[in-house]
Amino acid sequence: MVGRAKPQGVDVIEKPVRALDERSHTAPLALRALRYVFPDHWSFLLGEVALYAFIVLVATGTYLALFFDPSTAPVVYHGSYGPLDGAHMSQAYRSAIHLSFDVKAGLLMRQTHHWAADVFVAAIALHLMRIVFTGAFRKPRELTYYIGLTILGLALLEGYIGYSMVDDLLSGMGLAIGYGVALSIPLIGANVAALIWGGPFPGAPAFWSRMYVAHVFMLPLVIAALIGIHLFLVSSLHHTQFRGRGATEKRLRGVPAFPGQAPRSLGLMFAVFAALFLLGGLVQINPIWLWGPYHVADGTNGAQPDWYLGWLIGALRLMPGFDITVAGRTLVPNPFWGGILFPTFVFGLLFLWPSLERLISGDRRTHNLLDRPRDAPWRTAFATAVLTWLFVIFVAGSADRAYVLLGWSYQTQIEVYRVLIFVLPVAAFWLARRICVELLRNEDVVRDREDAETEARAAAQLD
Amino acid sequence: MPVTGRAALAMLAAATLAVSGATAAPAATSEPPDSLRALGAQLYAANCSSCHGIGGAGKRTPGQVSGALGIAGIGPSLHGVGALAADFYLRTGYMPLRSPFTQPRRSRVLFSEREIRALVAYVASLGTGPAVPRPDPAAGSVAAGFTLFTQDCAGCHQVAAAGGYLPDSVAPPLYDATPTQIAEAVRIGPNVMPRFSKKRLSDRDLDSVIAYVGYAGRPDDRGGWSLGHVGPVPEGLIAWFIAGVVLVGVTLTAGSRLR
Amino acid sequence: MSIFQRLAGLLIWLFLRRRGPAPRRTERPDARARIVPDGQPAPRAELAVVALLCLAALSAIAFVVVYAVDSIPDQTQYLGLALGGSFAFLAAALIVTGRHLVVTEHVEREYGEPHPHAARQVAQVVEESGGRMRRGRLLAMGAGAAATALLVAVVTPIASLGPVLDVERFTRTPWRRGRRLVDDAGRPIAAADVRSSEFITAYPEHADREQMGAPVVLVRLDPATLHLPQGRAGWAPGGILAYSKICTHAGCAIALYRSPLFRPTDGKPGLVCPCHYSTFDPATGGTVVYGPAGRPLPQLPLSIDRRGHLRAAGNFSGPVGPSWWGVRNRKAST
Repeated sequence: MVGRAKPQGVDVIEKPVRALDERSHTAPLALRALRYVFPDHWSFLLGEVALYAFIVLVATGTYLALFFDPSTAPVVYHGSYGPLDGAHMSQAYRSAIHLSFDVKAGLLMRQTHHWAADVFVAAIALHLMRIVFTGAFRKPRELTYYIGLTILGLALLEGYIGYSMVDDLLSGMGLAIGYGVALSIPLIGANVAALIWGGPFPGAPAFWSRMYVAHVFMLPLVIAALIGIHLFLVSSLHHTQFRGRGATEKRLRGVPAFPGQAPRSLGLMFAVFAALFLLGGLVQINPIWLWGPYHVADGTNGAQPDWYLGWLIGALRLMPGFDITVAGRTLVPNPFWGGILFPTFVFGLLFLWPSLERLISGDRRTHNLLDRPRDAPWRTAFATAVLTWLFVIFVAGSADRAYVLLGWSYQTQIEVYRVLIFVLPVAAFWLARRICVELLRNEDVVRDREDAETEARAAAQLD
Repeated sequence: MPVTGRAALAMLAAATLAVSGATAAPAATSEPPDSLRALGAQLYAANCSSCHGIGGAGKRTPGQVSGALGIAGIGPSLHGVGALAADFYLRTGYMPLRSPFTQPRRSRVLFSEREIRALVAYVASLGTGPAVPRPDPAAGSVAAGFTLFTQDCAGCHQVAAAGGYLPDSVAPPLYDATPTQIAEAVRIGPNVMPRFSKKRLSDRDLDSVIAYVGYAGRPDDRGGWSLGHVGPVPEGLIAWFIAGVVLVGVTLTAGSRLR
Repeated sequence: MSIFQRLAGLLIWLFLRRRGPAPRRTERPDARARIVPDGQPAPRAELAVVALLCLAALSAIAFVVVYAVDSIPDQTQYLGLALGGSFAFLAAALIVTGRHLVVTEHVEREYGEPHPHAARQVAQVVEESGGRMRRGRLLAMGAGAAATALLVAVVTPIASLGPVLDVERFTRTPWRRGRRLVDDAGRPIAAADVRSSEFITAYPEHADREQMGAPVVLVRLDPATLHLPQGRAGWAPGGILAYSKICTHAGCAIALYRSPLFRPTDGKPGLVCPCHYSTFDPATGGTVVYGPAGRPLPQLPLSIDRRGHLRAAGNFSGPVGPSWWGVRNRKAST
């Protein structure tokens, strides 16, 4: 032997892996993780987009929490932003202004955090649509589905609390509306509102601490835990897959995590980071210095919640004006319908969807194969109708801006939307079902033609 | 004799020129007020009296005769509104109004500078009213204006003066308004806008409000592309149609396909 | 070897290389069967990935430079561009790696099956563990009682978060008979200074403004056009009306006043909320004329004192703010 042998690549890597395995017995787990099989369709990556947005939220949020002061103590501003000089505001708002103007990279982190929240919920919504339209929520994945829905609900709450903590004019108006909605719970609304706010609006100073602790600690912890369980369930049951090319209910065909899928997923992760930080630096979001601080007696035209609560403002605006009273007592104040019943109904419908489908179709089998949307015309049609319904309500929420921009009378728009929320979903249902049925029929025709041609060729060969 | 006469004529001509030159010197505006008012009266009779009545008396019930588009004139009295009001409505193009039932909006200015001055002089002569204001935004403070604007104006005009909605009317964005027009509108309260007297908003307060509106047209946008300063609706559209589209595109590229 | 493995290998080798003689190996690496199939080298892709990684590095360095150099303007934009750009290049490098530099294998896996046998054994373990217990139901009831009671006890301190049972607070306002109205600057408001078409926000003198019961809107209408509800004669001296500024729908401030200049063409006066456009008619006691509010706007009775200043002549006609269970059968209290 001349000198020592050159270390081979696999031996070099084997050393630390073996060292770790001796101290944790995790090599089989690592092997399973490396060779975990991912299905081949791009739509399976939408959930990952949400996950990566969550990572950005936690990272940027931690940074922001190191600067933000959740205090309602009234202060007078004398900082570097001239137009607010001498203005009365809360310490919370001032710390947010300070972060935006006087902390290097502070505004970048704040804006990235806010964009990440908007994109997080949008990604979950897209992912949910993929799940529903392909029937991925069916047995054995109902548990995964329920957890995902819970994450969505918590994300909405988390976002609302997050932008309300800053105490600017727009979010302050939104908090007042939240208070009005809490009050509208029949019988116990005032008690619930008093509990959460620590008294009548604007509440005790402790309310701000509550928002802060909920937003920075309690909700992220719960969401992260639920994401963990969600991912565990996804991996332990393995992904679903689309039909075709040898995929069956028993056998999953796809790409292993390493080396095939990992660079793609990691690439997507960095692409999400890139998109969010680019938006955070280049596109202004929630310029709180332009809105000014919130005061109970102030209001601005055109105030809107963040996009994922637009369905609620639409519902609140569409309701005709009445409180339901009983023997001189107010049983159902008006905001209840749009603020409580409506979102409860929508989430309730989503939660019940797997059970309803099982009940109606009688299908209790395990499904690892997905439907294309056209393969389940009734489900696709119903989901399309629900989405259309929600979309009209969203649009109704910004009818006033539509008036300012396009000149369509607000009152007329409201009347029209009140009709459309009944008519358009029905039309969408019918249309979606027809499209699915026609596409399926076309596939039958094509297949019959191909079969006939094959037969004819075979017959010709025999002759 | 002829030489002396010619000289006298020349002197008279020169004197007349000097006198008219002297009266013209203070501003390029000085027509004799009487002739300006007379022109104003004529313009008024032709363009305004169908709604505002003869001599600016106003019409509370529609006139007997209908004009173009079958519209019968109806309009408030102009007695005591002063030069301030006439100057505002004419320079913004709010008046003449096509139909008395539509909201006046900023539009084409039909009259020339001289005609406007003539009409203003005429309307000012109908009773005693406020003169055209001379605001000085530089003497005001943007910070004080921000607070005042939020309290009194943002409810209709939106906190960044981007304009807004109230039942059956638009509160317009204020970026095209000149300081004088803002001052005039605040004192008049045109159409459905409330008015703010000097007891509520002193001239100094008004200077601050105007300074703020000027700032709001070009505010600190250090966060990047401002999306019109109207808040979460365009932000949501960007989240879906830029971030959403880009990221779905990346998943399409990053995802693999079984062959 | 791919760039991945090369980089990883280099880092690991740098940290863990031996100084002494090489250890003896018992089998040659070539004898092992491949798990990951081999593929053709792709030199152009490799170069592209290296280039992208270098760009990512440069972009990240640019971020640090922009951060450090104060004189660079538009800091937020350049910081975002640099950091976002760095991530974008890294993403591109990884995606190119995934598509061209590593083998995309197509493998098959069996889906898992449920485990009824193990589930049965779990149930059996639990059931058999209770072998020594004879009074099973009694024990269960006792456990249930203990658990429920303990849960309730643990949850009870949450009630300290707020005055859960004291809803009387919801009717309180800082207004009472004789309290003077002041404007935003704290100056008293003279009745003679409130003119028609004006829209004034007023507060109670010497009281906390940041509560829903505090702000009121003042408008003046022609007394002949007023149709106030029963019992409010004298609430609007000289046609000056005061209403709560907080909308009875969901609690936003009523920041709009529709003040028509010329009644025949411009419609009626209206107090409007910018959140959901509930519209209240000041001439008829704040009744709702449009929008989702279910309750009229509470009115504050006014009086004019000897010096001509406006004062409250009592509390509001009802509790202010959004509706709740007791809002119609309680009075506004002080």
